Formats: sequence, C-alpha cells, structure tokens
Amino acid sequence: MRRFVRSHATELALLAVIAVICVFLSFATDRFFTLGNAFDLLNTSSVNIIFAVGLLVVLIAGGIDISFAVAASVVQYLTATVLGWIGGGNWIVGFIIAGVLGVALGCINAFLIHGFRIISIVATISTFNIFFGLLMFFTGGVSIYNLPDWLTTRVVLFEREMADGTWAEITLPVLIMAICVFATWALITRTTTGRQLYAFGDNPEGARRFGVNIGAMQFIAFGWLGLMAGIAGLVQAHYAQEVVPNALYGRELDVLAAVVLGGARLGGGKGSVLGCILGVLLVSITQNGLNLMGVSPFAFKMIVGAIILAAITLSNTSIERLVPFLKSRRVHS
Amino acid sequence: MADQALDGAAPRPLLSLRNVNMTFGGVKALKNVSFEVLPGEVHCLAGENGSGKSTLIKVITGVYKPEAGAVIDYDGQSYSHMSPVTAQASGIQVIWQDLALFPEMTVAENIAFQTVIGRWPRLVNYAEMRRVAINALQRLGVAFDVDLALHHFPIAQRQIVAIARALVGEAKLVFMDEPTASLTQSETDYLLDIVRNLSASGVAVVFVSHRLAEVLEISSRVTVLRDGALVGVYPTKGLTQSRITELMTGKTFDYSVLHRDLSRSPAMLEVERLSRPGEFEDVSLTVRRGETLGITGLLGAGRTELALTLFGMRKPKSGSVVLDGKTVRFGSNRDAIAAGVAYLSEDRLSLGLIQPQAIADNMVIASLDKVLSGGFISSDRKRSLVNRWIRDLGVRIGKQDDAISTLSGGNQQRVAIAKWLATDPKLLILDAPTVGVDVGARAGIFEIVSKLADSGLAIILISDEVPEVYFNADRVLQMAQGRIVGEFTPGATTLQAIEEAVYA
Repeated sequence: MRRFVRSHATELALLAVIAVICVFLSFATDRFFTLGNAFDLLNTSSVNIIFAVGLLVVLIAGGIDISFAVAASVVQYLTATVLGWIGGGNWIVGFIIAGVLGVALGCINAFLIHGFRIISIVATISTFNIFFGLLMFFTGGVSIYNLPDWLTTRVVLFEREMADGTWAEITLPVLIMAICVFATWALITRTTTGRQLYAFGDNPEGARRFGVNIGAMQFIAFGWLGLMAGIAGLVQAHYAQEVVPNALYGRELDVLAAVVLGGARLGGGKGSVLGCILGVLLVSITQNGLNLMGVSPFAFKMIVGAIILAAITLSNTSIERLVPFLKSRRVHS
Repeated sequence: MADQALDGAAPRPLLSLRNVNMTFGGVKALKNVSFEVLPGEVHCLAGENGSGKSTLIKVITGVYKPEAGAVIDYDGQSYSHMSPVTAQASGIQVIWQDLALFPEMTVAENIAFQTVIGRWPRLVNYAEMRRVAINALQRLGVAFDVDLALHHFPIAQRQIVAIARALVGEAKLVFMDEPTASLTQSETDYLLDIVRNLSASGVAVVFVSHRLAEVLEISSRVTVLRDGALVGVYPTKGLTQSRITELMTGKTFDYSVLHRDLSRSPAMLEVERLSRPGEFEDVSLTVRRGETLGITGLLGAGRTELALTLFGMRKPKSGSVVLDGKTVRFGSNRDAIAAGVAYLSEDRLSLGLIQPQAIADNMVIASLDKVLSGGFISSDRKRSLVNRWIRDLGVRIGKQDDAISTLSGGNQQRVAIAKWLATDPKLLILDAPTVGVDVGARAGIFEIVSKLADSGLAIILISDEVPEVYFNADRVLQMAQGRIVGEFTPGATTLQAIEEAVYA
C-alpha cells in the first residue's frame, strides 16, 4: 500500500483533485453528474488523449515535441486529398494513409534530432513552423468540407435513452482512443523496447554504455508520436466533420500541459499512461463544468491555467508532507 | 623502492598485462606498463589524476586499443587488445564513478537491465528480472525492496545496486572507479564489507580510490602508477598512507602540526549557543583572526548544516552570531557574503562551480560588483582580477575562457577558493575541500589555506578525514549528533586519540 502510494503519488494527487472538482460540480450543476455528460466528456477528450499518449512516449525518451498538432493537421489535409483521389476509401485505408504520413513526419523530427544533434525543442519548433507554413501556403487556408461519407458519419457504439429523453452515446473516437491507450501502455511497460525508452530518457549515457541503440530510440519515440498524431488527426476530422487547416494549431501546448500534469517529466524517464489520461481528463472536466455552470468562455483559459498550476504544485509537493504516515518508513535494507 | 617480487607460491594470475603503451596526441599516457591481478584478490590501483589509472582500465575493458606489442593474458587466453564486447562476455565488469544507473526505474530493472537488451523487441519478463536481481543481491548478502524505484535509495545503496548489476554478467574481474567518493564513513564500511564478500566468492576486484585509508584497509596488493609509468607493486601489509603518497607523487611531504601563537589575536567569529533543532543544538565556538578551526565528525553530525547556517542559507532557531565585533542576523546568503562570510561548498562539482562556463566567469561570479564599470561588466577589470588570483593561488590553466570542466579536481578547487577570495571575506568556511582532489594537489590547497590564515582571515575547515584537520587546523572541534562533543589541540592530543573519539 505504502509502496503503491509512493510510486503513484502523481496519479493519486490528480485523482484527488479530479474527485474534488467532480463533487463540487455535481452539486453546483444538475447536468454534470449524468451518464450523458460522462460519455460526452469521453467523446470530446478522445482526440487529446490520443495525442497525449503519443507525446508521453517522446517525453519518456527525454525529448519534447511542439510540432505534432500541426503535423496532425498536415496529415488530415493530405489524407483527405488522397482519399479524394482514390475515390473514397474506408476506415482501414484512411488509418493506413494517416498512420504512414504521421510516422513519416515524426521521423523527420527524429532525423533532425539524431542526425544533426539538434535539441528536440529547437528541432520541433522549426518543424512546427515549417509544417504549418507549408500547409497554409499550399491550402491558402481553405478548409475541406467535402469528405467521404464514411468519415463524416457518426458511429455510435453504445447508446442508452435517459429518463429525460436525451441519449447517452459512446462513439467511435472512444474506441480508437482505447486502442491507442492500450497499445501505448503495452509498448512502454510490456516490451523491452519500452523499457529501453525509459532507460534512455532517464540516463542516456548509461543506456548507451549498455548498448541501447540511441538512434532507434529517437525514431521509435517520434515515430510513435507521429503515428498517434496521424490517427488523432483523422479522428478529429471525423469528429468535426471537416478539415480546417488551423483547427489544431495551439493544441500542442494544451496536450503538453496535460501530459506534464499527469506526471511525465520534461527531461525523460518518467511518466505513465494513467497519469496522462488523468491529466487530459482534469482539463476537460474543468472546461465541461465551467460550461455547464454558464461561466463566460472568455474566463476558461484563465481558470484552466490556475487549475493546472494548482495540480502541478500539489503533485510536486513531496507526498510525505501531505500524507505524514508515510514518513515513518525509511527505505533500508 | 624496488619492485617487490611476488611470485613464489602465488597462484596463476587471472589477468596479466605486459608492454602496454598508449599515446594521445603526442603525450605518452602509458609507458610500458605491466599489471597483474590474481583470482579473487582485492587489488588497488593508486596514482594521481593523469597518472594513467583510467587509461589502463580502459585498455583492459577494451575502450582503448594499446599500441602494438602489448600482451593481455586473461583467464587462460592471450589477446593483443580487448574489445568492449569480449571484455564483458569474458566477465570483466566496470562500475563507473557515475554508476550509469537509471534512478526512475526499479531496483530490479536496474540490476537486470541486461535482460531487456537485445536486437529485437520482446515482451518484458518482469518475474525473470526480479529473480535475477534478487539473486545478485543475495550474492552480496543484502536484500532490498527490488520493486521500488532507485531514486528512493541513498547513494550508498545505489552503489550496491551497481555492483549487483555487474554480478549479473557473471563477473570474474570487477573494476570500481572511486566507489566511495560520495559515501559517508559508515556507508564506506558497508561497501568495503561487500567488496570482501565479493572477493571471498572468487571475484577479483580492482579498486581505485583517492582515500588511502580505504586502500590500506581493503586491498592485499597495491599497484602504483605515476606519469603513465609503473612505480611498483607492493603488498599492502607494511604500507602506510604517507608511504603511498610518496610513491604516488614522488615527493616527501612534511607532516607536522601547526604552531601559531594566536593568543593575542582578536576573535573574528563568536557563536553563542546556536541551535537549529534536528540539525544542531547549542553550538558555541570562537574563531580568531588568522586561526584555522577544524570541525570534524561523521557525516550527518550537523557540520554542513552549521556551516550553511553561518552562511545565512538557513536560519537559526536560537543563539547569536558575532562577526568582527558586530552581531549579525542573515536573511539570506547575500547578506552573509556582504558581511564577509564565504562558503566553499561540499559539492564542488554541482553546487560550487558552473562547469560549462569559463574559468574567468566562475571566478568573478560572487564578486560581480568589483568588475563593474558604468553598470556593465568590464572585461579588462575581470581579466586583471582573474589574473591576480590565478597567480596568487597558482592555478594551472590554459586560457581564462576555457570551461571549468577542462581543469583537474585540484585546480577546480583553487578556482572555487579564488571565487570566494575575490569577495574579500573575513571568514572562509571550507566544507570538505579535498573531496575528489589528488593527494599532491591537496598539499597545495592547504598551503594556500595556511597563507590565507597568516594574512588574517578566519578559517573554518570542515572534513570527515581527521588527519586533514589535524595537520591543517590550529584547533579541532568534534561534532556528533548536532553537538560539539570535543575540542582538541593538535600536538597536545595525538591524531590517533582524535580518530578514536570520532569513530568510537
């Protein structure tokens, strides 16, 4: 029990904050504590959670990526265009195209970082500008509304009519999100590659002396984020039923904040899928609650920022100070 | 000092090197060195920085390829050079000074990391990892919670983890590079016990350490290198610290206690009943102008905490501090620096100096106001200030603009001292000033300290090595569990008596 608390301090702190906010919102609004709202939250958070688990892998490997959200926009646009050429396609073709394009863009980052030894924040700020600049230049900022039918049709996986006549629904993005979450969890905790990623992020020199292939680590981490970004891009196009070139611009910082909130360390070696999900959920629950309470949308950013700050402070404060009973036990042979 | 013959009934060596030569950029790093390790022995490799110890280790572990003509006989096979892969596969393991561990990962993963290495991805077998880790720890006679992340463990236990990791690779020969550099006395004793266990189980250990007391305690033989050449191989029995120092440096050092008459010198620092509950209690002491006060005691006795409080970085709960006749209360270390207190940090590498920055910038960082001209830093003033200190303290540097990290430990320490002297202090606190500094360079640092005291500075010298304070301080205070429990005058009390009091 104590060991669990020690090694999951961030996740537990986040859960506590989320619980407090949920209890508060359940009393403050009548709509928050309903199945319909819970499902809505899942549906709307799916894209960000997919981004978040992708970014988590890069952070664990000691890198950072600013470009993934606009890369997803590029992928959306190219995928929609390619689907137009081949005359429609289907979900599987769509995911293959988006995945391949996403991995390719991720590998450009890995190549710059590994090949030219550019630090990841500088490399990805550059590619962020290049990707977005190219996208805006070639599209002229024009959106695509003419998407294949299969992509714009809502897919409901589970539905239930509520007492008030509304429908609580779980839609396709949630399933895709669940698959991405599971795949990322399996990669980083169950495979030797995942453990090498942690080790590389934790102590690059130590990993190198062990014979970990450093180049492979960069390509796997950024390639995985590229894959997730490509998938998230397609899912977002499905959810929004349109492709707007600047729709995801700025999303990278929201996701980054959520992932760091979830306990991933800028600098590598630390972070969990669970923490990541909780980080994203904390932000979306807050926004959802503010919405339901009728707070002006202009105040959202400010309040979300304050909550992120509060949660980070709480999870940084040593758990021993918050839960004194843990203090008595010292680690000893 | 002829090499002692060690053949006779000796068993066949596990490792035997002959004719090893290495040249880097025209400089001979190893000159015709030979080296021998017997199975299961603890062998110390002694020498100053730059004497060729690390180069030799790197030749044996395959990092460097020696010049043609070298013969490496290891475990019944003969090689002209090693490669890292052959070295590891045949049971040669190195525990690097920086340990190369993964703090965020569990103990089990750190020890059994080898099991996740491989060309193709596989599923991780955590049960196997735990088994391997627990086994390795058992061989060392210790039991840790292997599922806990390593960063929860103190440095001494991480050291054990690094050793356990080496054992997973079926080690026959383990190199330990300065394994005790960051350990306290009791942790060191613990580590030395582990080394003995290892040796008893048939693993040969080559031990590199600056701390000669340990060398004498743990090893059966000592190989001494100087300037890349072999000085000799000596059985440890019969060696003394001063003898090893002589062999390492080729110089004889004069060990004598200080005899300065300070009875008429006014007090510079008077501390009255200073307390910080949990760290130190009821500490009263006086340091006169021109006096060096030694404070010794085991790590954790409250020495560093006391020093940090005198330096304004922690606030005392009660008690008073009078500096140069004025009662002082520091709100921060900036106040302390302004009042004339300088503190040379215990951890020079991470806290005392900014490693990647230039030597000159490091020297003036605590006294930037002295190099200002019209509100901006004047490079002329900086240069002349830096030149003065380089000359006065005899720092050997290339250029002022070279990074600190290019200097040896002893020279880095001189820069660190210069940094504080540039603030014109009245009281200089030196906290473990010789950690990671060569024996030869230590003497140089204490020469500086002695000159500074003669110029009227009050100095507090903190060290857990009793001989260091014994030979370099006018008075020695012993701290234990946050209190001052003894006061000694070197010369009037023997070194042995103080050591017994401290380690009792």
